[in-house]
Amino acid sequence: MNTHKILCALSLASAMMALGSGVASARDLTVVNFGGANGDAQDAAFIKPLEKQTGKKIITVAYNGEQAKVKAMVETHNVVWDAVEVETGDLGRGCDEGLYEKLDWSKIGNKADYVPEAIRDCGVGAFVWSTALAYNAKTLKTAPKSWADFWDVKKFPGKRGMRKGAHYNLEFALMADGVAPKDVYKVLSTPEGVDRAFKKLDQLKPNIQWWEAGAQPPQMLAAGDVVMSTAYNGRIDAAQREGQPLQVVWNQSIYDLDYWVIPTGTPNKAAAEKFISFATSTGPQIAYAQHIAYGPVNKQAIGKLDSKTLANLPNSPENGKNALFSDNSFWTDHGEELDQRFTAWAAR
Amino acid sequence: MTATITNNDAHAIRHAMRAAERKRKWRAFFLVAPLALFLLVIFVIPIGALLQRAVENPEVIATLPKTLETLKGWDGSTAPSDAAYAALAADLGKAKGSSAAGGLARRLNYEIPGYRSLIFKTIRRMPLTGPDGKTLSDADIRTRLIQIDKHWSELPFWQAIASNNTAYSPYYLLASLDLKQNAKGDIVRAPAGTSAFLDIFGRTFLISAVVTILTLILGFPLAYWITTLSKRRANLVIICILIPFWTSVLVRIAAWIVLLQRQGLVNKALISTGITDAPIALLFNRVGVYIAMTHILLPFMILPIFSVMQSVPNTCQRAAISLGSHPFAAFWRVYVPQTYPGIGAGTLLVFIIAIGYYITPALLGGASDQMISYYVAYFTNQTINWGMASALGFILLIGTLLLYSLYRRLSGRELGLG
Repeated sequence: MNTHKILCALSLASAMMALGSGVASARDLTVVNFGGANGDAQDAAFIKPLEKQTGKKIITVAYNGEQAKVKAMVETHNVVWDAVEVETGDLGRGCDEGLYEKLDWSKIGNKADYVPEAIRDCGVGAFVWSTALAYNAKTLKTAPKSWADFWDVKKFPGKRGMRKGAHYNLEFALMADGVAPKDVYKVLSTPEGVDRAFKKLDQLKPNIQWWEAGAQPPQMLAAGDVVMSTAYNGRIDAAQREGQPLQVVWNQSIYDLDYWVIPTGTPNKAAAEKFISFATSTGPQIAYAQHIAYGPVNKQAIGKLDSKTLANLPNSPENGKNALFSDNSFWTDHGEELDQRFTAWAAR
Repeated sequence: MTATITNNDAHAIRHAMRAAERKRKWRAFFLVAPLALFLLVIFVIPIGALLQRAVENPEVIATLPKTLETLKGWDGSTAPSDAAYAALAADLGKAKGSSAAGGLARRLNYEIPGYRSLIFKTIRRMPLTGPDGKTLSDADIRTRLIQIDKHWSELPFWQAIASNNTAYSPYYLLASLDLKQNAKGDIVRAPAGTSAFLDIFGRTFLISAVVTILTLILGFPLAYWITTLSKRRANLVIICILIPFWTSVLVRIAAWIVLLQRQGLVNKALISTGITDAPIALLFNRVGVYIAMTHILLPFMILPIFSVMQSVPNTCQRAAISLGSHPFAAFWRVYVPQTYPGIGAGTLLVFIIAIGYYITPALLGGASDQMISYYVAYFTNQTINWGMASALGFILLIGTLLLYSLYRRLSGRELGLG
């Protein structure tokens, strides 16, 4: 059913492209997201209700985050995507390079209603997701509480799963070494801080099993290959819904946002603004969080959610208390250098 | 009467012959033209493009032409002139909002981490005008730029621009070999702990060599055994070899994950037979990579060896034994040398395919088992640093060609597939 819908949307979108920009002004609003379970949740919480409200059809397209497509559309002045979900890194780069419209906040909503991280020049937060410590409650009788416990191989013997790459791991290492979440990027900006993080990673190195795809940590935890792992919270939530005894430790987790952007020069700008305004308003944000364990960007929605849903969200008052916001400008500047160093370190 | 060939006739004959020769050459050329075109399109042009990407360095000269012009005689150790600041502000103002700015920022960030933010922070303030909207003097522009970010008063940031004044640069190729150019232009080793490509190249060749030897050790006896079977049974065994060969590599890797994991079949069997008490780590390390790669590449060894063995007559070996040779000596000194072309083709095939592997080590290996293709894919897809990806690919190609010529020198034969 869903694939069929995507296929329809894709063929429609390509037909639009073939017809060219002359007809484009009359076309339906096209919303682009990453598809999957997240796409289904957006469909139920944002797309369907807005279609009902306005009586106009909305086309959804699933993509893989390739900004090259947006770039091609913007540069050929043939934009057929109107509201696009992008990751933080792409948001910063694309905004700098002129791929997305600068937002007119009077059309979107009251800035005070949003969590501060959701407000950017070219984007509005779509939802909040998190990388956290996860463990299998069946293999670990005592629950780990922090990254210090993650590093403590005496108290919790066994392998640890970590994502292959520098991002997140350096932050986790510093927190395990006693750096408070709010000071992590301050420390990491200095050469000594980077050395300190790698030194801390050295201690754990023999016990690390690296993962690469988000689907791996729940599988490795369920199979008993590792006793703890860093993991994306949505994946752990999905495994829990399938009945796996996996748990998330929210203390010192790192959260990040996906954003809505409007490609530069779309003829449907007004409709896209209306969609984004709707998707980030209280009602739809509540509905979305009930469908999938990603957090609302709207403060009122957070206040109105029931405690059971809140317990699974990255930015609920309880879970967000000691969490760290991933600093994307730091990673665009230093990502390559640190990944290079990480590679050299991991190869030793 | 003998015909005398006049000078004129000789000329005509020579002319006719040359015309015929030319015609023949053209026909020959047309016959090979599709092949030549094919090689050109799928081989020469892509490799040429690869090499070009590996040395291309267009971002700075395309985006900051005026700045480079004013930096032309700059010695690099004194502060750049006011004119350089003004030119930089003009160039950046022009680049504002275009994709060129992104390329420039990315390129300069390779030189000094943090340069990316500096460029965009500065571009956002462009164009620089005075309080009354008038154009500023060069000296004022300098002050303003340094006000925007004090990095503009630091020499390394200017050296990074000045040193990229050529359209081609060995930067990526040097970086692929853990080398770099210092401010003076000398080639020096990259600081320890920041780069590991030499190790990764070494590891790539080592893993490929080990896998080649393992497939030879397993494949040779198996191929020999097949030749001793009746035709029907040999066909059956060949089919058993080909069915996994036709199965998707990803499916086979997934199967190995199921077999080798801590609670997998292999570990369970080892524990239940009492060989070990605790599960052995077979996955996410070198062992897992060797096992799966050997399994995946085994058909590439068996098939060429088998096809050569089929054509080796049994009679020579029997004759040697009947003349008093020990059976093993007859096998080793009479039979095995006749299979060398198959062994040569098989080892070369397996080695060269193995060098390019990345999905198997990525899924079954640890962080220290990744081969060079993994980093080529990483630079291509993730960081979009295509210069680096091309340079790594090019060096891998050169390494492979060197090894191949060494192999030819040692074995004294051309590549023959069966």
